[in-house]
Amino acid sequence: MHAFGQILKIETRLFLRDFGSPLTTVVLPLALLVVFGLIPAGRQPEEQFGDLSFIQYFAPSLLVITLAMSAVNILPTVLATYRERGVLRRLATTPASPAALLAAQLVISLATILVSAVLLIVVGRLAFDVPLPRRPLGFTLALVLGTAALLALGLLVAAVARTAKSAQGLAVPLFMAVMFFGGVYVPRFLLPDFLVRIGDYTPPGVQALLDAWTGTSPHPLHLGIMAVVALAAGATASKLFRWE
Amino acid sequence: MPVIEVTSLHKRYGDLVAVDDVSFTVAEGEIFGVLGPNGAGKTTTVECVAGLRVPDGGGVSVLGLDPRRDAAQLRQRVGVQLQESQLPDQLRVAEALDLYASFYRDPADPAHLIDTLGLGDKRNTAYKKLSGGQKQRLSIALALVGNPRVAILDELTTGLDPQSRRDTWTLIEQVRDSGVTIVLVTHFMEEAERLCDRVAVIDRGRVVALDSPAGLVSTVAPEQRIRFRPSASMDDRLLTDLPEVTAVQRTGSQVVVTGTGDVLHAVTSVLARNQIVAADLRLEQSTLDDAFVELTGRRPAE
Repeated sequence: MHAFGQILKIETRLFLRDFGSPLTTVVLPLALLVVFGLIPAGRQPEEQFGDLSFIQYFAPSLLVITLAMSAVNILPTVLATYRERGVLRRLATTPASPAALLAAQLVISLATILVSAVLLIVVGRLAFDVPLPRRPLGFTLALVLGTAALLALGLLVAAVARTAKSAQGLAVPLFMAVMFFGGVYVPRFLLPDFLVRIGDYTPPGVQALLDAWTGTSPHPLHLGIMAVVALAAGATASKLFRWE
Repeated sequence: MPVIEVTSLHKRYGDLVAVDDVSFTVAEGEIFGVLGPNGAGKTTTVECVAGLRVPDGGGVSVLGLDPRRDAAQLRQRVGVQLQESQLPDQLRVAEALDLYASFYRDPADPAHLIDTLGLGDKRNTAYKKLSGGQKQRLSIALALVGNPRVAILDELTTGLDPQSRRDTWTLIEQVRDSGVTIVLVTHFMEEAERLCDRVAVIDRGRVVALDSPAGLVSTVAPEQRIRFRPSASMDDRLLTDLPEVTAVQRTGSQVVVTGTGDVLHAVTSVLARNQIVAADLRLEQSTLDDAFVELTGRRPAE
């Protein structure tokens, strides 16, 4: 446990020292929230968003940026790099386990997602009249399952990729798909209906997040899909994962 | 009781037999060399000793422990420096040592170790910014930070410049003098000759020789060569009659005598008796390089 604490401390330091990681996972979504929030039209309820303001409608997609960056981009790249460079192997020769390093990376991902979610919710509420999630329990559930599904996919990439390069080769398309279906590149109201429906079932499940944030219970099927993806990808990843 | 005992070790990867039949023992306080051509099974052998791989057959015992069953205890007492094992780019020297020290029950003092390894002015330098020699020294420091009783060092000085290499050798001798038993995997014969008390030469997964470096040379490649220019003309038979001499050749004014055993004494005595002075006399002895070629049929890779 002592070793795990030390590893977590050092890995957190390395995460913060690598300027790009906190920037893309926490600062970027928050900055976008502020930019869109400062546009007056973005704060007006609109019929096409079901009487939500644009910023309210778009906030879950900003959270998708954090989720996608952290879980399917940074996590697999870091793990594949550590494996390729023999960091995991060296750790295996000490009383500490390479599993502790994996766990530390997961904790950092979770903490990043939590910090970003809290910041988006709090800043949205205080500065731009975005109501707090109206279904806190449903929102928490949707966020937890969506996060679990994406982390599992990220671990799967880390498991099948032999090198850091191939991890990135696999992670980037996955990352872009998650971002696209999460309505980050093009807000979802501009997408054809069938793409929006696909997005409902694509991890992390932006529709479930939006529903719970704005007052509808998240659809059980949406949540169920996330749980299935998390379990299937997680089980496959743990079967395929190699330490060296 | 030996510190390390390897008996009939066997390890295959699919169809490829990496280690066919390897046995050796290492005594306490010894520097034991594992030599062999690339792909001979050296690394696999020491990885089995370190408990990183499960042998398919045979036994390994380190400090009386089974590397698989007693893995937790073994890792407290055995320090390992692996080939091509790096650290995260942004990790600093002192951070790395403090972190690794925290894994052990009774670690060495990281600050002291940093100084001993000559990294004192690099303690806040990121791994990425270290030179090859500094990275290697850090890697050795990490293998030693747990105060191990056994250190396994794989390709200790590969990629180092000659000065760093010599500094590293001095360091390893200091480590041994502090009572640590060392297993050294290398393909530098000079390194083995300088450091090792005994070496095992492994070829195609088997131990083909096991002796001290000097012992290996004298049994495997015992020939010595003496070159000189005689001050007066002499009959070759003076030399060929000597039992120690196997051949005499002349190139220009130079005489080249090949022989074994105490050939130098025999030759100089006979020359003195005949009032011949041997000018520019040089003795060429076989080195571990020659013994290695003799044993494996290959030149040690450089």
